[in-house]
Amino acid sequence: MKLITAVIKPHKWEDVREALETFGVTGMTVSEVSGYGRQKGHTEVYRGAEYDIALVPKIRIEIVVDDGDTEDVVGIIVKTAQTGRIGDGKVWVSPVETVVRVRTGDQDEAAI
Amino acid sequence: MDYGYHAWMLVATSLVLMMITPALALFYGGMSRSKSVLNMMMMSFTALGIGGIVYVLWGWSMSFGSEDVGMLFANPFELFGLDGVGGQNYIFVGFQMTFAVITAALISGAVADRLKFSAWVMFVPLWLTLSYFPIAHMVWGGGFLGTAKDGISGLLFDLDPVPIDYAGGTVVHINAGMAGLVLAILLGKRLGFGKEPMKPHNLTLTMIGAGMLWFGWFGFNVGSIVFAGESPEADATQFLSETSLVWLNTTVATCAAMLGWLLIERLRDGKATSLGAASGIVAGLVAITPACGSLSPVGSIVLGLVAGGVCALAVGLKYRLGYDDSLDVVGVHLVGGLVGTIGAGFLATSGGLLYGDGAKQLVLQVLVALGAVVWSGLATLIVGLLIKYTIGLRIDEEGEVDGIDFLEHGESAYELSSGGGARRTPGLNATASATTKEGANV
Repeated sequence: MKLITAVIKPHKWEDVREALETFGVTGMTVSEVSGYGRQKGHTEVYRGAEYDIALVPKIRIEIVVDDGDTEDVVGIIVKTAQTGRIGDGKVWVSPVETVVRVRTGDQDEAAI
Repeated sequence: MDYGYHAWMLVATSLVLMMITPALALFYGGMSRSKSVLNMMMMSFTALGIGGIVYVLWGWSMSFGSEDVGMLFANPFELFGLDGVGGQNYIFVGFQMTFAVITAALISGAVADRLKFSAWVMFVPLWLTLSYFPIAHMVWGGGFLGTAKDGISGLLFDLDPVPIDYAGGTVVHINAGMAGLVLAILLGKRLGFGKEPMKPHNLTLTMIGAGMLWFGWFGFNVGSIVFAGESPEADATQFLSETSLVWLNTTVATCAAMLGWLLIERLRDGKATSLGAASGIVAGLVAITPACGSLSPVGSIVLGLVAGGVCALAVGLKYRLGYDDSLDVVGVHLVGGLVGTIGAGFLATSGGLLYGDGAKQLVLQVLVALGAVVWSGLATLIVGLLIKYTIGLRIDEEGEVDGIDFLEHGESAYELSSGGGARRTPGLNATASATTKEGANV
């Protein structure tokens, strides 16, 4: 099993969710996060005072999948979230040892 | 006629009350940080709670009593508790009360995030007593800066002309702005001022507040008519024409000031901002306050444009001069009040320099403005130092970092996540009685 973590542009989240649902991903954890990479923040001006806003708002998606689905899911996220401009985000994959479904106690593949 | 005027004063007084709560509280609250919005709004609310009572007890007597003391203030004990005041005069007490309260509340913008709540509770009655009531007496109550024979205009120009302050350019705005400046300096800068971002946390509140201030200001300005009192017919004519003019002047000056502020922003920063529109509105309202009965509508547009532009530039002064007037009480109220008070010397249709009536009016306006600056500055310094060296002005550093809302009021303004991590502790009463039983009550 793998944990796929994707940080993407907020306005792409609805497209990514639809594409993943069509593929068959049944659940995910989504959080509103902020950070920065090559896309630095921006400047805001209030009553003439400039503020450098370093952090850019992003959406973080976390999905646990079977090993076999990993490549497809990553591919779907990358394809759907891409705009070709700086700030599109990142996707990374990490190994997962154990998964337990809280309601039933099912383990691993049965719990995904 | 009497009934009509009286009914209008009931409405006008209620409109000014609305300017304090909630309009000013919203305007300032939106501009403050999310960890100090409740404290900011509480300063407006408690200014009303304290100021309303103080005004009835000795405020009216000190401002408009007949026992003048050195043309500076009136005997606070003459009409203490409104002894001897009655009938329809109660609504004039109410009207003037709301002016005193909003002036004190305006100062709160200069002290955001860091003034002890107990210090504010002490500041309001002391400051009203030493600064507001005397200046109100000097300008409107027969004192030195008004129309009295032995006053500044009588001594210099034999009462021709007399100073112009229709609704409080000196009494309210220069007074509050100067007090804000002095108090901000005494209090010191917020931690991280000029380094950390301290941007407004909710500009929609600020926009709502600015719109409500504009609406309430019609009570403030249009309610400030003073009758010549020659005959009932003449008073009726004056009422109809003067209230109409003042309403219109108040509106167009504010329109122009909003545009003036936005224009400066567009040219200087590249974008016209919502905070700029809200601020321009208030700057225009401030500037037209003293002048609204003396200008033509076109003159009001000129005054508004100047006020919007000048105030948009003046709010940057604090960074250059290094005082933390957090929400720009100085840049908007002191500077806007000066623009309006001195601007009337140029633009008054009768007496104004630009109307070919010489410089007497202008000289008088400058002197009256200076008088208010000096008195307010000294009175605020005395009150501020008194509090600083008794109970202290400022909250501790840790509390300031955590946020004054929690430190001083035990609350937080926003709970935006459904989980929140909060668990309701057993009722305070239950806890108290349990500890009492165990004899461990502290």
